[in-house]
Amino acid sequence: MTDVPVRFVPTDKAPTRAARMVDDFTPALIEVGEHHLCPGCGEPIAMRSVLEVIAELDVVQRSIAVFGIGCYTAFSNNLDLEVCQALHGRAPSVATGIKRAKPNTVVVTVQGDGDMVNEGLQEVLHTAARGESVTCIMLNNGVFGETGGHLTATTVLGQRTKNTLDGRDAEQHGYPILISNLIAQLEGAAYVARGAVNTAGNVSRTKRMITRAFETQLERRGFSFVEILTMCPTGWFIETEEAPAYLDDNLAAVHVGGVLKDW
Amino acid sequence: MLTRGTVVIDVEACKGCDLCIDACPPRVLEMTVHEVNGRGYRYPRLLPGCTGCKACSQICPDFVFQVYKYDDPVEILA
Repeated sequence: MTDVPVRFVPTDKAPTRAARMVDDFTPALIEVGEHHLCPGCGEPIAMRSVLEVIAELDVVQRSIAVFGIGCYTAFSNNLDLEVCQALHGRAPSVATGIKRAKPNTVVVTVQGDGDMVNEGLQEVLHTAARGESVTCIMLNNGVFGETGGHLTATTVLGQRTKNTLDGRDAEQHGYPILISNLIAQLEGAAYVARGAVNTAGNVSRTKRMITRAFETQLERRGFSFVEILTMCPTGWFIETEEAPAYLDDNLAAVHVGGVLKDW
Repeated sequence: MLTRGTVVIDVEACKGCDLCIDACPPRVLEMTVHEVNGRGYRYPRLLPGCTGCKACSQICPDFVFQVYKYDDPVEILA
């Protein structure tokens, strides 16, 4: 049996044939694409969507991002955007201060599930209840990725983490907090949605949710919140290519995607 | 194979996570088996049939893809 040579298309430089570029390597607002996050991480995918929306809505010059503490914080000093670094879990309160001091700014927070739901749950709940005109983005992978991969308050039952090696057990570790559902009950929250970045279709749906969240703030309708389920193959102890299906079967089965509230 | 677009692949930026392979609707990306980049990661290569849909660039965590759409589709031998 002889192997038929596979004919690959050259991909080392831009095409010489007439063509238009429809997507560049890094989004315009990320200065250096290289980062130290693990292979298969979902957080840079979510960051790309958020930054593309800021650029598309043409609010770059008046946007201020507030970062929490997590792996995604690697992007906080790598953006062509004003960034304020908050203490662990306190980003929504910092965002409140910025928005009240400078009402014409567009304020977005980026937090993880450990940062928002474990470390600073009350900050986001009170910010939402007050109906602050800020947009909060939460990247939910169900583990404290940066500090070793132990369980967070959003870890789903049965999920293996560094300190729940036999899976999260309700009797021993309690039940996960479904943060979007919690926030959606608050009257001050105008827009609440839960997306994911495990497939190209979900990335595109999530980007529409982020756009709507920013529109909520621009129209001063109240608090806007988008939870984004992201992959953490390192923290989940699985191969990178298995992570999108693992997200669907585990996280997304409990933290169900969709728009929970829209004005 | 009718080809409507193409990509430039920054091989050295790739961490070999495979996400682009399943994300590609026409399934024209294929991971190397033995070849690796300077950091030891496998990387994707392009087969004819790309539609320039941006699924790979949107899902890539390491910003490896630059996507082009041809003004006129071309036939590339598969």
